[in-house]
Amino acid sequence: MPKSNPSLDMTPMVDLAFLLVTFFMLTASARVSEPVVVDTPSSNSDKLLPENVILVTIDDKGKAYYNINNYDVRIKTLERMGAQYKVDFNEKEKKEFAKMTSFGVPIETLKQYINMDENGRLAAKSPGIPLDSLNNQLGDWIQFGRIEAAKQAKTQKDKAEKASRAFKYEPIRFAIKADGKANYINVKQVIKVFTDKEIYRFNLITNLEKGNE
Amino acid sequence: MAEVNTGDGGGHGKHEKKRAKKSSTRIDMTPMVDLAFLLLTFFVLTSTFSKPKAMEINFPADSKDRSKDQKVNNAITFIMTKDNGVFYYNGEFYPPNNKDAKPPTELTKTDFSKEGIHKLLLDRYKPTLDAIAILDKRFKSKEIVDTTYKRLINLEKGNKDALTVLIKADDKAIYKNVIDLIDELNVCLVGKYAVVDMMPTELELLNITNK
Repeated sequence: MPKSNPSLDMTPMVDLAFLLVTFFMLTASARVSEPVVVDTPSSNSDKLLPENVILVTIDDKGKAYYNINNYDVRIKTLERMGAQYKVDFNEKEKKEFAKMTSFGVPIETLKQYINMDENGRLAAKSPGIPLDSLNNQLGDWIQFGRIEAAKQAKTQKDKAEKASRAFKYEPIRFAIKADGKANYINVKQVIKVFTDKEIYRFNLITNLEKGNE
Repeated sequence: MAEVNTGDGGGHGKHEKKRAKKSSTRIDMTPMVDLAFLLLTFFVLTSTFSKPKAMEINFPADSKDRSKDQKVNNAITFIMTKDNGVFYYNGEFYPPNNKDAKPPTELTKTDFSKEGIHKLLLDRYKPTLDAIAILDKRFKSKEIVDTTYKRLINLEKGNKDALTVLIKADDKAIYKNVIDLIDELNVCLVGKYAVVDMMPTELELLNITNK
């Protein structure tokens, strides 16, 4: 065929490429930059982590970080914490806080931490949230987060009932994400903070083990 | 490109003109394809598929109260310590010179290899595992239904004579070992286990054994 067209018909390939692009765009979730990278131990558990969760991260030095998912609940929790520890946060700081992920600073320096930009936060050394019995801020964070989450669930339920929609109530869960190299004693301290608040059931976050059985 | 070829070389110009005319009806998709693949590559590389997995565990309300009236028929206690060390003892703990005049408990060293904890657990947990295997067979032959099967398995796991595992860790143990042990228990289908605090006498013995 001397006069055949040298250019290929690329349409199927382009179709496929766009299909894949669409797929990846829809499935991808933006990776959030955490202040600490934690290497969780692996297990054979294949249970997924629940969505609605209060997460305490423990790094390999044993420092604790706190995170709660919901935007509104975050703001409310911060307000409660601010009232408790006499720290005032303005609207801008609250909004900024709601957009953050885990943090590991005591409430006294939280204001400065919020006012940093993202790179500053990553570069800043987090001292961990205090959790000893004299200054149990982590316990308060957990307690307030839990109360506010329950409140929000209640308002949502009322709203759903008013609009006569079905509402599936999912109680907030508690998860601990600890580094495999962390001392168990540090994890135990955090667990004690939870059990003191009468929370006895946790999700311990792990990686799925690579098949070496 | 196409519009400058009015004067030069007849045949050649004609040819080019013809081709230009023909291709003008098609859109050049190359940039779009480039972009599509660029995006594709970007998303492939940045997307993370591994959603975090979690294992659920219940902790005893107050481990101090528990260890006092702990009456377990069939127990094994694992003690974690530094350098991935793990010791175990069977049954109840008897300190040296105890009032029941029982021989003092000795700790045995084991490890996380297949020959270590896994084998030990399978061995100690054999009665329950055998019972579960029988249930499995009955379920496979459709003798019992799904819900009954699950209920019976849970019953078997929670049997008062079934092995109870206590997990203790000293100050230098790392978290990974605790998780590894719990994971091993899950693999071996152990239903009754708890992470509890160490008793001072146990710690003493551990320090002597693990010099």
